[in-house]
Amino acid sequence: MSRPVRYNLSGENNLKLVKEGPEGLGGEGYFATKLDQVVGLARKNSIWPLPFATSCCGIEFMATMGSHYDLARFGSERVGFSPRQCDLLMVMGTIAKKMGPVVKQVYLQMAEPRWVLAMGACACSGGIFDSYSVLQGIDQIIPVDVYIPGCPPRPEAVIDGIIKIQDLIGNESLRRRNSDRYQDLMESYGIQ
Amino acid sequence: MLNNETIKQRLVEKFGDQLTNFAEPYGMLTFEAPKDMNLKVMQFLYDDPELKFRFLTDLQAVHYPHEKERELAVVYHLHNLEDNVRIRFKVFTGITKPDVYTATKIFEAANWMERETYDFYGVNFVGHPNLKRILNVDEMDYFPMRKEYPLEEQTRVDKDDEMFGR
Repeated sequence: MSRPVRYNLSGENNLKLVKEGPEGLGGEGYFATKLDQVVGLARKNSIWPLPFATSCCGIEFMATMGSHYDLARFGSERVGFSPRQCDLLMVMGTIAKKMGPVVKQVYLQMAEPRWVLAMGACACSGGIFDSYSVLQGIDQIIPVDVYIPGCPPRPEAVIDGIIKIQDLIGNESLRRRNSDRYQDLMESYGIQ
Repeated sequence: MLNNETIKQRLVEKFGDQLTNFAEPYGMLTFEAPKDMNLKVMQFLYDDPELKFRFLTDLQAVHYPHEKERELAVVYHLHNLEDNVRIRFKVFTGITKPDVYTATKIFEAANWMERETYDFYGVNFVGHPNLKRILNVDEMDYFPMRKEYPLEEQTRVDKDDEMFGR
């Protein structure tokens, strides 16, 4: 029996296995479109994730990277362990308050444009650890783009989260990171 | 072979009626010492050629909020490795001035254990070389394992009482 989740595609009729490219003007040997969209297309299909795995969600992420679920299909073949090279910080697992400054440091070391994905109940909200020692959601210290619910989430949910991140990246305006709104967001987290 | 009866006898010969509340829960000899005698008792257990309790297995505190003037108990677990015998002894202190002499001069291993006990219960180990927090964040200004707090994290703002039926 199929599970009633949104990444179960059995009910969809017009499922496209190959996504269409951006809108534009094309003809024999040329294609013209907006720079935003080309850059977005390139970025979203070559994400370098930085896994910040502290507990069981990290194990689910390993399954996601493995041959069965294979995150490499979505352009994230290369998992980087240097924040300076990576675009996507994946925080997976419980973040204790003592770990908070470390997460923030890793985030600060990443170059713009950067995205953050919080995987699992603990990273999103502290989860079951309603306690003096656990950070109640990483969004208290860094801005988060996509939250994946679950305890821990299945690999399908992780892939769903990555697709959500890809949608964000693909549709992001090139000016977004220079906007006042973005500056205000960074300042609200005490990041210059 | 060293047994609980012999250990108790040796202790009573040495310290008389200053040691109290002898018991043997699950076969492990347990007793209580006055808090300013913890080092004397430990040193005696260490030095005595028969007893030879030369390994500090563990050290922690317990909070008894309803026992006035003896709210905090510091518990020492000692092990005689040669005869494989374990004992446990406790000292009690008031919570307003929780000063207990440090065991680091006898057991180096007590260093981190006492820091942990300080971290969670606020026991002030007099003479400890580096008494600061070890597991919790340095900014923490309370002792989280004391039975003084509601079970839920009080600093969080995202849990609305209405949504959780409280």
